[in-house]
Amino acid sequence: MTVAVDVPEQESWFHKNQQRLAPWLFLAPGLLFFLVYVIIPVFQSFNLSLYEWDGLGAAEYVGFRNYEDLYWEWVDRDAFYVSLKNNLIWLVLYLLAIPAGLFIALFLNQTVWGIRLYKSLFFFPFVISQVVVGLVFTWFYDPTFGLLNEFLGLFGMGPLNVLGDERFVTYGIIFAGLWPQTAYCMILYLTGLNAVDPEQIEAARLDGAKGGRMLWHVILPQLRPATFIAFVVTIIGALRSFDLISIMTQGGPFGSSRVLAYYMFEVALSEYGFRMGYGAAIAVVLFLIMLCFIAYFLWSMYREEKGH
Amino acid sequence: MFPTPIEKQSRPAQITYQALLPVALLLWLGPLLAVALFSVKPAADFTNANYWGLPSSFEGAFNYGQVFFNSDMPRYLLNSFMITIPTVIGAVALSTMTGFALGIYKFKSNIWIFFMFVAGNFVPFQILMVPVRDLTLELGLYNTKTGLVLFHIAFQTGFCTLFMRNFIRALPFELIEAARVEGISEWRIFWYVVLPLMKPAIAALSVLIFTFIWNDFFWAVVLTQGPESQPVTAGITSFNAQYRAAYQLMSAGSIVAALPPVAMFFLMQKHFIAGLTLGAVK
Repeated sequence: MTVAVDVPEQESWFHKNQQRLAPWLFLAPGLLFFLVYVIIPVFQSFNLSLYEWDGLGAAEYVGFRNYEDLYWEWVDRDAFYVSLKNNLIWLVLYLLAIPAGLFIALFLNQTVWGIRLYKSLFFFPFVISQVVVGLVFTWFYDPTFGLLNEFLGLFGMGPLNVLGDERFVTYGIIFAGLWPQTAYCMILYLTGLNAVDPEQIEAARLDGAKGGRMLWHVILPQLRPATFIAFVVTIIGALRSFDLISIMTQGGPFGSSRVLAYYMFEVALSEYGFRMGYGAAIAVVLFLIMLCFIAYFLWSMYREEKGH
Repeated sequence: MFPTPIEKQSRPAQITYQALLPVALLLWLGPLLAVALFSVKPAADFTNANYWGLPSSFEGAFNYGQVFFNSDMPRYLLNSFMITIPTVIGAVALSTMTGFALGIYKFKSNIWIFFMFVAGNFVPFQILMVPVRDLTLELGLYNTKTGLVLFHIAFQTGFCTLFMRNFIRALPFELIEAARVEGISEWRIFWYVVLPLMKPAIAALSVLIFTFIWNDFFWAVVLTQGPESQPVTAGITSFNAQYRAAYQLMSAGSIVAALPPVAMFFLMQKHFIAGLTLGAVK
């Protein structure tokens, strides 16, 4: 009898607090995974960057020496600053994907027969893995048979060994990266253009707005959400560039196409030895660069949230 | 509509546009078409420096046959599926719940937990690399598909939570309130009221995560080695080492490796694009 009385009482306690407890129960599994695999490792890397560790033996506390080594380039000559400079070039040039994507989106924003298929095919490069994009462009640049040199040959120029020349290699890889990224920005703008208010366009047309002025004053302001997402994904993509460099040049020739992401991997996990602490220090630098942008993105989102 | 619809322009403008479209497409996909051409050529064409002429004989069946029956490629493809599909299921399952929690309930730390998911989704992989590799080693999951799947689920939960939470926010909240008035438990509200409404979001995320995970290269290199567990993106480098300078086979291999996400995209285009735009531009 006492048992029968207890049960409804327990249920009602849970029932009373259900709305307070429920979010935490729903969050628990996802939050646990995310903390263990993403949030905690970030702090572990910060900690690790103060140690010297080969991944096997005991770690030795060295304070900020890894950072000093980076700053003065005591360990690897011409590695850190070359990577940093290349990261900067990536950041700036990768943003070209945004106007290029807008341009193609404007070109394709018509309703002629078969246009849907055209749009899909233009988007194609984004769906392919960067590994394959890297291979495709390695052959495209090949000095003996690459399409690029076949093309240059028509004008009596070349041959040009893009990936073997320190002056061109980073630009060559970025150009390959722009191919899928432009496709991504294009699709963002195509969806954005669909949502542009036709009445505003008509009104502006009656006022005599056309072409570039129309684009700048009427269309672009309405495309702001698309531009924001394009900006976010392009910045993140630029700083994450790893696959293409790894496939196309492995950082070469003579380390001239390294970026921080690749340099870190090379230091910590390749034949150059397992310098985990030093690698973590590079990762921290990259993380801090990224953090500026992450903070900006979150701040924009926060304003948006408050606006609603 | 902007720019001005081509139907409203002069006849020559229309013809120019129609003619320009295929030319532009050909230029855009040029490098890829070149690889497709390579993949049906016989080996002799490369030794005779006949790179860009017509294939002297059509060897597509032979080249692709080599990829499927005379290399580790099928193994790598299978691994990719065995890594990608559980990840999609896991990440979508976890994020429907986190998205529900953050989208429906009002509590103090809500926005901070949400921002933590968003920020975590943007961090560079390298800052996770050493600790995640160590954790995987300690769990005895290094060089296993499970190790890779667990990490992918965790990392993708960040992006998926962002997506799901925003989607749930846009649902009519009155439905949930009405259900609460009826005295339906929170779990049942989630399962019977919200989940059925989330089908489009689940479809969009599944397609997108499938592509992301299939195309992952970095974590495949960090957490696996060798054909027993490597996915196709990492495997293709060993494949290429095996067939060094056999361009026709490397091309065929690349095309095979790229195909599943491409097929996914063409079959589920609408969902895919809805996912990519984060639902922010509708």
